Amino acid sequence: MSRDLREVVVVGASLAGLRAAGALRDAGYDGRLTLVGEEVHLPYDRPPLSKALRVDDLPLPDDGLRAEWRLGRRAVGLDSRRRVLTLDDGHTLRYDGLVITTGAAARGWPDPHVTLPAGVFTLRGKDDTEALREALGAARSVVVVGAGFLGGEVAAAARALGLEVTLVEAAGQPLERAVGERVGAYIGRLHQEAGITLRTGRTVTAFHGGERLTGVTLSDGTGIAADVAVLALGAVPATGWLEGSGLWLDDGVRCDAALRALRTDGSPVGSVVAAGDVVRWPHPLADGEPVALGHWTNAVDQAVVAAGTLLAPERPLPFDGLPSFWSDLHGVKIRSVGLPGLADEVRVIELDLPGRTLEACYLRKGRLVGALTVNRVRRLAGYRAQLRADLSAGLPAGLSAGPSAGLPAERSPLTGDAVPALP
Amino acid sequence: MRITVDMNLCESHGQCVFAAPDIFSFDEEDYLVYEPAQPDELFAAAEKAAGSCPVRAISVQRDAS
Repeated sequence: MSRDLREVVVVGASLAGLRAAGALRDAGYDGRLTLVGEEVHLPYDRPPLSKALRVDDLPLPDDGLRAEWRLGRRAVGLDSRRRVLTLDDGHTLRYDGLVITTGAAARGWPDPHVTLPAGVFTLRGKDDTEALREALGAARSVVVVGAGFLGGEVAAAARALGLEVTLVEAAGQPLERAVGERVGAYIGRLHQEAGITLRTGRTVTAFHGGERLTGVTLSDGTGIAADVAVLALGAVPATGWLEGSGLWLDDGVRCDAALRALRTDGSPVGSVVAAGDVVRWPHPLADGEPVALGHWTNAVDQAVVAAGTLLAPERPLPFDGLPSFWSDLHGVKIRSVGLPGLADEVRVIELDLPGRTLEACYLRKGRLVGALTVNRVRRLAGYRAQLRADLSAGLPAGLSAGPSAGLPAERSPLTGDAVPALP
Repeated sequence: MRITVDMNLCESHGQCVFAAPDIFSFDEEDYLVYEPAQPDELFAAAEKAAGSCPVRAISVQRDAS
């Protein structure tokens, strides 16, 4: 272990930060450990916030961290050369090792000149969910803007509360970019069968209401009455505080394979690592192209590698974790491994809407990059093993292994138009 | 070593099956299957599985020696 490491500061006190701190202690780090968190809350688990709009029973365990907490404090500046962090109360923290885990913020409405009436929400933290829950309790109808994972989950949760729900999506299908057109259409049908009104290929062009929201107008000119609107437009990595720090900011903190933060010239800053949603790093499945992943499992896996890199800078280990995401919509379990969003080809192995099952695998240049199932999680393990084997074999970037031997072929007649056209 | 999974919490995320395939698997209905008594050699894998469970349903206890 690095003998010079006596002061470690973790900026960002959520899942990645907590797990990185835990990994440091597990590995025997005995020095000072400070966690800085913008929210006043101790670390808590975020998935239930959107998956069921739940805010209870969320705290994450922090057994034996022996950490100093600076909660309700925001980092506002970093001098990576002098190794000094500045907080919003003017205090400075010196460090030998810094872990950046500031995550991401909800993307706001793209036009800053638009004044949004009360009743328009974004969702990222516990306080956001509490506010949204309260508003939904007094609402009859809600419009959710963006049918990605978060938007889909919020729409499903609002529908389960008995509200009239309209889900608006700019793309042709929900989650189209993440899972492809056919799987996206399948998910769209799940929403519709649950009684959600789906409006794809459209955007919101105006919010109406003076003090309080009364409705929105869509790009096709139609109006929708709504008491509440939820903007689920994606996330923006929280890197504003790193402006002028010397770190390479590129829609995230650019890191190398060992999760060391890079300078703008591409060289690593030895004392700074990062983990979780804020990271953009070259993933081997993406042929070395930098990617950013907002998945729970990614935060957990990266935290351990980032801590290891900080403790043993002379032996940096590359992070090649296999991401995995999940979503529970209208009682079905959507589970995925790898990075389906990278695929240039989707093979649908099974697709049964009434039976609520689906299996699809995703290929890029003929090579497996991901898989997704609905109520068929058992089948994911094989895909994951295949992905792991391919990564371990260290396939050179861009080189195809050919259709993997273990990969199932498409089965007719499921390959046809098994998903009925949307009305 | 003894493994306990709170099946009221388990949502079949599959992370434990990925982390410790020698211990955990799914049946045809996607319900988790595991043998509670496991050799200590698998302790590290079991701990990894417990840490990767999004709903913290898994606990691992070493046998008293």
